[in-house]
Amino acid sequence: MSFTQSLPVAFAIGAAFGCTLERAGLGDAKKLAGQFYLQDFTVLKVMFSAIVTAMLGAFWLGRLGLIDLAAIYVPETFLAPQIAGGLIFGVGFVLAGLCPGTSCVAAASGRGDGLATVGGLLVGVLLTGLAMPLIGGFYASTARGPFTLPQLTGAPYGVVVAAIVLIALAVFAGVERLERRA
Amino acid sequence: MTSARPYANPYVAGIALGLVLLAAFALTGQGLGASGAFANAASGLVAAVAPAQAAKNSYFQSYLAAGAPWSAWIVLEIAGVIAGGAVSAGLAGRFARRIETGPHLSKAARLATATTGGMIMGLGAVLARGCTSGQALSGGALLSVGSWGFIIAVFAAGYAAAPLARRLWR
Repeated sequence: MSFTQSLPVAFAIGAAFGCTLERAGLGDAKKLAGQFYLQDFTVLKVMFSAIVTAMLGAFWLGRLGLIDLAAIYVPETFLAPQIAGGLIFGVGFVLAGLCPGTSCVAAASGRGDGLATVGGLLVGVLLTGLAMPLIGGFYASTARGPFTLPQLTGAPYGVVVAAIVLIALAVFAGVERLERRA
Repeated sequence: MTSARPYANPYVAGIALGLVLLAAFALTGQGLGASGAFANAASGLVAAVAPAQAAKNSYFQSYLAAGAPWSAWIVLEIAGVIAGGAVSAGLAGRFARRIETGPHLSKAARLATATTGGMIMGLGAVLARGCTSGQALSGGALLSVGSWGFIIAVFAAGYAAAPLARRLWR
């Protein structure tokens, strides 16, 4: 195991992750819930600007030969369970007002609702894991392996990256207008 | 807490978060995660309480086979998230024992909705093989089709469910 795979590095990266979530205010469930009532788009702004930053960074570092993109693990696609899981997750997200990462930050900043969400997550994952003999077929269905938007669309990597940047800028402009109206 | 400092600009925080994610890609070859730590914890619990059950369950085995679940990479990462969140809140004067709830919801009811929401997200995150961290952020930045399907599904369901849950928050 290399140094960068080591547990102190995992802890340090996690600490930086937790710190940025807390700085953004994403430990506050009321703030996250505001997203779904068109009042406060902090979640979307933080998430989408983080995706765009890391996407552009990975693209350019790869293009300049500074990192080997082939060595980075791309989450495998299982389209049907991932869309079903997303639909279920979205309902839980509105109820809790937190997601797994932000629930840890909420709990760490003294919030009882964060701790309750953490407990619920553990129970939910545990029960679903126990039910795996029943749902394993669906869980493993529509497997596509590592499957990316450039592969799906046939468009070059750089074109997909540019398109997502443009979509992000349009979404940011739209939510700024919605927030001013709210 | 009158001394609590205001939160950071969301775009600045988002860019900082993106740089943390990029550092994870470059240094470790993988992105950030959160629900995976819960999967490791659940696997460790089942293995401790009901080893026979854990041994024949493919889901728990996929975590147990990788080594001791309590010292998995993502478990240490989440320990870091908790420490980083606590230190950041403390430094900004934002650490306070409280329960965030809507104006019409009691604290006890809020703890019940938070627990229920957590359980539902747990089911969703297992099916999706990740959550807003491992799928949306990390897979999204790497342009994974399944991750983008997950992101769109989360927001579609969130906006569909929000009017029904309005009394919780408004």
